[in-house]
Amino acid sequence: MLTFKRIVGACLLAVTAGSAMSAEKITLGVAIPTATHGFTGGIVWWANQAKKELEAANPTLKIIIKTAGSTPEQANQLQDMLVVNKINALVIFPLESASLTQPVTQLKNKGVYVTVVDRGLTNPAAQNAYVAGDNSAFGKLPAEYLGKKMGGKGNIVVLRGMPSTLDNERVDAFNAELRAYPGIKVLDTKYGNWNRDDAFKVMQDYLTRFKQIDAVWAADDDMAIGVVKAIEQAKRTDIKEVFGGAGSKTAVKRIIDGDKLIQADVSYSPKFIYDAIKMTATARLKGEALPAKTIIPSVLITRDNAKQFYFADSPY
Amino acid sequence: MQPTPTTKLPLPKPSLERFRGYGPVAALILLCIAGGLLNPDFATVDNLMNVLTRTAFIGIIAVGMTFVIVSGGIDLSVGSMAALIAGAMIMLMNALAGAAQPLGPLATVLLGCALALLLGGVLGGAHGVLVTRGRIEPFIATLGTLGIFRATLTYLSDGGALTLDSTVADVYSPVYYQSLLGVPVPVLVFLLVAAGGAVILNRTAFGQHVQAIGSNEQVARYAAIRVDKIKLMTYLLLGVCVAIATILYVPRLGSATPTTGILWELEAIAAVVVGGTSLKGGSGRIVGTVIGAILLSVIGNIVNLTSIISVHLNAAVQGVVIITVAYMQRGRR
Repeated sequence: MLTFKRIVGACLLAVTAGSAMSAEKITLGVAIPTATHGFTGGIVWWANQAKKELEAANPTLKIIIKTAGSTPEQANQLQDMLVVNKINALVIFPLESASLTQPVTQLKNKGVYVTVVDRGLTNPAAQNAYVAGDNSAFGKLPAEYLGKKMGGKGNIVVLRGMPSTLDNERVDAFNAELRAYPGIKVLDTKYGNWNRDDAFKVMQDYLTRFKQIDAVWAADDDMAIGVVKAIEQAKRTDIKEVFGGAGSKTAVKRIIDGDKLIQADVSYSPKFIYDAIKMTATARLKGEALPAKTIIPSVLITRDNAKQFYFADSPY
Repeated sequence: MQPTPTTKLPLPKPSLERFRGYGPVAALILLCIAGGLLNPDFATVDNLMNVLTRTAFIGIIAVGMTFVIVSGGIDLSVGSMAALIAGAMIMLMNALAGAAQPLGPLATVLLGCALALLLGGVLGGAHGVLVTRGRIEPFIATLGTLGIFRATLTYLSDGGALTLDSTVADVYSPVYYQSLLGVPVPVLVFLLVAAGGAVILNRTAFGQHVQAIGSNEQVARYAAIRVDKIKLMTYLLLGVCVAIATILYVPRLGSATPTTGILWELEAIAAVVVGGTSLKGGSGRIVGTVIGAILLSVIGNIVNLTSIISVHLNAAVQGVVIITVAYMQRGRR
């Protein structure tokens, strides 16, 4: 038995040594969530876009994309990519932070270069690099914009996403920034679950409840669609502005076309997966490392710069 | 000799049991009084119409669901089915509007609605075949199609949203937003579907057979009821109800996304059960289902209209009310 284990060990060593020798060839694994809503749909599209462009430009680069619907599925895919596809670099958008930390650590210990996107792992030692969108700017920019636009006074109603750290971070940043405008009153904040239909209902009830609303922070472009429909139905003219979030295609289009209600947005594009893959691949091909932390800035989108954020082919 | 099917099976209804049926009505009245006290805006006509209009989708589906549950079945796929039908309708209407020789917008909308009804009938009928011919437990058969329908929509929409062409949307939107004699169209349709459902369940041979199968399938079979055919029909009927609900839903936002109709199945089933229909089948009342559906939306509406408790507890309030109503009509087994 002992000899058997030794033989297996020797084989494993030989295999790892073999792959280390051919290190100039980069096999990059990409682990992302399956497309279940607009944003993740965009993630999948941008990942495939990166694969197409980068593989065409670099013959020594191979990119393998796996989408997972649940945490255990993603963990299994990580193992498969290591054992079957023999990846030596990984870009992962973890479905969950805590439960994927251990599986990712194992890959990193086997010599895989790990870039984590969006949701950080609980142990930063499990990653070589971290690339994420800017959630506090996601809340801060709309507060600043609405504060100025409303001249420092008026009533705002807020819709928020789902109970999560990400959502808390955004709402806290929004409220913190709004403290600079004491004349602005947040009438209420309710969950719209990042869902058009739920946002429609919440907004209908806000309209019934509050007779004077000056602006809505819908905190998401999907929710903004439901909000706008509810306002149109009620034929209310007191609301001057609906601010979504994420810079989806339809919202950016409305800004370009000069919409009455949606005049600005904040970018939080699924394109960051494209940036992360590109950065990782380029750095690894040269044998370089990435900076430990890269924050893709969220920017205010207005009619002046909206064209840069419009990607006609992307589903999001 | 072929035995003649019985048109009426004796279903004894003790007077006490009848009385328990008023539980949901009482709960609804109490809730409305509470709502009016908490926020005077609750009792306005506009708010009332908002609540009824948003109840319409779940309510129409719940009417169909009542038949399936009374017959002893269940359908978990209705939310996904609605999403898939919405997606298919939008794709067809966009294709027609963008064709080289586009049809008029009205014809386009009518064709879209026809497709929805056809698809609802076919998908519902498929459930019926799986359950009767395939002898698969309805819970499993429809859990399977729940995944299939939603995944198909996600695939068709590329993970994003399918959005209706704006010229078609303009013609179509009155179906959700217009009122006739002060009553929004979806509410009228909901009332018609509910009235039709009540007549079919209580006044036709088919309705009696559905109840007979739900109380005891073997006995129903011996009574020469064509159990498989009746069961298949209940699923088909539910599919058509889902299609009607979707026809009303699409003009609201003019889009279908992978989150469209999520958890509608639970809301519809809850409406049926809160309304006094036993999950074990056998007996049920359409009126109860209608009250149940309205009750569920009223809770959500009141919670939105007030801010006395943390938003994190919204779901808990709904849970407490649902359990209370169920308690008020306990003993119906």
